[in-house]
Amino acid sequence: MAGHDHDHHHEHGSELSETELRVRALETVLTEKGYVDPAALDAIVEAYQTRIGPRNGAAVVARAWVDPAFRQALLDDATKAIGTLGHVSAVGDHLVAVANTLERHNVIVCTLCSCYPWEMLGLPPVWYKAAPYRSRVVKDPRGVLADFGLRLPETTEIRVWDSTAETRFLVLPMRPEGTDGWSEAELAELVTRDSMIGTGLPASPSAK
Amino acid sequence: MNGIHDLGGMDGFGPVEPEPDEPAFHAAWEGRVMAINRAMGAAGAWNIDMARDARERLPAAFAITASYYQRWERAMENQVVGAGLVAADELASGHARTPAKLLPRPPLRADKLDPVMTRGSFARQAAKEPRFRAGDRVRTKNINPETHTRLPRYARNHPGIVERVQGYHVFPDRSALGQGDAAEWLYTVVFDATELWGADADPTLKVSIEAFEPYLEKA
Repeated sequence: MAGHDHDHHHEHGSELSETELRVRALETVLTEKGYVDPAALDAIVEAYQTRIGPRNGAAVVARAWVDPAFRQALLDDATKAIGTLGHVSAVGDHLVAVANTLERHNVIVCTLCSCYPWEMLGLPPVWYKAAPYRSRVVKDPRGVLADFGLRLPETTEIRVWDSTAETRFLVLPMRPEGTDGWSEAELAELVTRDSMIGTGLPASPSAK
Repeated sequence: MNGIHDLGGMDGFGPVEPEPDEPAFHAAWEGRVMAINRAMGAAGAWNIDMARDARERLPAAFAITASYYQRWERAMENQVVGAGLVAADELASGHARTPAKLLPRPPLRADKLDPVMTRGSFARQAAKEPRFRAGDRVRTKNINPETHTRLPRYARNHPGIVERVQGYHVFPDRSALGQGDAAEWLYTVVFDATELWGADADPTLKVSIEAFEPYLEKA
């Protein structure tokens, strides 16, 4: 119940919330029993804070924008194609890249939990895990995209991919116009996290 | 189960509120919860389907108001106690009192993170032929199991089209119950929004789910 979690109150003079106390108790007991090693927990947290984030996905998208053969390989088998890029962290099985076109815009969701391509984009943002997005994007995606300030032509087909199994999806956005001759590194700078979820577009080259 | 986690198509949750420059974690405890779940999974205490099932079985009134990592934390308490790995009074006191049980795999070490940082494969050697091919018309079944399933309510009992055959993957409905990782064929099935939501739905919208073969019948 909401009333049972006083995360913003410090009761009984404690400096820690009830949730913090529960987490501390859980970690302490699991550590004392030898089920978890706190140093491994530190390393996992650090990996998500420093290494595993949307720059991985951006590098993949930028490569697809400059290399038609890679783009095709990515759309055929994203896990296999990304495995050929040495500079991007390894990606697990069943990643599916879906390409935006002038006719079709793709959006990713997990209505049942929060499935998300962690290796490509890092941990999902709070809004991706929360009820407003998960409930509405399968029924009223244009309304949800408007919450992000994104308005698509009325004739564009919208395709929502609900991640209900262990397949993971990565949107391949369209390369922005006005980027002829740009290097892969410059292009990667334009690739936003939300453009790979489908709730945004790449940054405009004129804004760079 | 028809739980509060199955949100697709519900109204009343308000607008989506993106947060600029969002940090990986909003508090240190969130990172600990995420990491504990990974480490326990790596040691074989549970699989991904059991973890989801435990979150889905949290009391609905708690789950709908708790944050994401609060749900994870509470579900893990239930999991470790339910599996006999920890006694309830140990969690209450915050200290171990009884010996540990042996987990299937050794505890995760900081210098051996790779297995948990790269997703494992959920594909298995196919034991049968797929019943459907891309382009086939199918209908999702009307099922309402009280146990874990990955067929969302909004997509039950609707005709759709098989778009992709994704492979032969571990079947979560059985895996969550600890019945092993026997697999089933997995398909991307796409529906017209007007089929899911009625005549007033956005005519330009199509929605797909990833559907295991036991969820489907010929249309």
